[in-house]
Amino acid sequence: MGAKIYHISYFLPSKTVTNQDLSVDFPDQNPEQIFKKTGVSKRTHTTPDVIGSDMAFLAAEKLFKESGKKKGEVGFLIFVSEGNDYIAPATGVILQDRLGLPTNICAIDIPLGCSGFTHSLGFAKMVIESGQADNVLLLFGDTPSFGSHPKDFALRSLFSDAGAAVWVEKSKSNAVGEFIYGTDGAGVKSLYVERSGFRNPIDKQWLENQEDVGGMPIGRMRMDGIEIFTFSLNVVPQLVANILAKNNLKMEEIDLFVFHQASNIILKSIQRKLRIPEEKMAYYLENFGNTVSMSIPIALSESAREGRIGEGSKVLLAGFGIGYSWSGTVIYF
Amino acid sequence: MKIERLIEKLENEFEDLEKGLLNPNFNFREIEDWSSMHALVIIALIDSEYDVLLNGGDLKGAETVQDLFDMIQKKLS
Repeated sequence: MGAKIYHISYFLPSKTVTNQDLSVDFPDQNPEQIFKKTGVSKRTHTTPDVIGSDMAFLAAEKLFKESGKKKGEVGFLIFVSEGNDYIAPATGVILQDRLGLPTNICAIDIPLGCSGFTHSLGFAKMVIESGQADNVLLLFGDTPSFGSHPKDFALRSLFSDAGAAVWVEKSKSNAVGEFIYGTDGAGVKSLYVERSGFRNPIDKQWLENQEDVGGMPIGRMRMDGIEIFTFSLNVVPQLVANILAKNNLKMEEIDLFVFHQASNIILKSIQRKLRIPEEKMAYYLENFGNTVSMSIPIALSESAREGRIGEGSKVLLAGFGIGYSWSGTVIYF
Repeated sequence: MKIERLIEKLENEFEDLEKGLLNPNFNFREIEDWSSMHALVIIALIDSEYDVLLNGGDLKGAETVQDLFDMIQKKLS
């Protein structure tokens, strides 16, 4: 007995930020330069009235419609986000009620970003294989645009808001392989949201200092791009080697490598280091940007739509970033 | 290990760079439109070519191509 991914749906907010739009806010950058630097043509940004859980809700409704799965079949709900409705209660609880899911289920939140998909898929596998539930609904919704300072080019040119829903169910085959996890909390300050919780909460001074940009009342995302880059180059090749070893596979047996869509230069550098052929790399940054924990489900969905994944495909998944936190596995189609 | 090879690799990496501009004493931050993206390209190049991963602090301590070369040699020794 094992687990398998049955269906993926995603939701993108309607507001699109093009390189042309960015070049208006950053006059020293022209659209071609922005594309060359980031590999991103457009990003999606939400509005204050549509937050992470709203996009997760819309993705879930889409999933039920597309897959034919019934709400009453959900046995376990995990909501992955770094932008919850409230500090308490868990937003997964709110989503259980809003989606009309059974009340005899466990609904929890996992506050993770870049590694959120692979971590939560690992937990879904644990829940299913330990016999606690047959169907796990993974929901994702995040709004990195809310914490990005309007003058922060690196963040604004890279990140997108999105939502996703993934149905994981009990299966006769082991379609979700063995997992590798990693954590190094020494990397906290390389990517974090300053003044966003009980540690150094916002105060009058903070709001006044950022008055020109609306006060940034939920904090400000800070990213040290060079540190994130060196972390990725240091950890991901080893993560891939460990995933392959744990699943008794060789590099050449993998049909597609789906990494968290961190940034073009991070993916290119990892590809070069691991000598992955172009046709085996998933790049979906151009039209989506970095959608945090949704980037792998979106890339999987797009790869399937384009026919890059089919019966018998072996796909290596690796999520890595904020924390630092990383994880990965191989999924079998 | 020769510095000429590092210069050649850097020239290949920065396609907009005029050939022959780089020399050991060249301050790489004087590359036109220098940005943090150039720093990432240098880190990735050195990582893939020499299997040496420089961090942000290492890069801050280097100014010239010779400094980069010395740093690689030191880390390899």
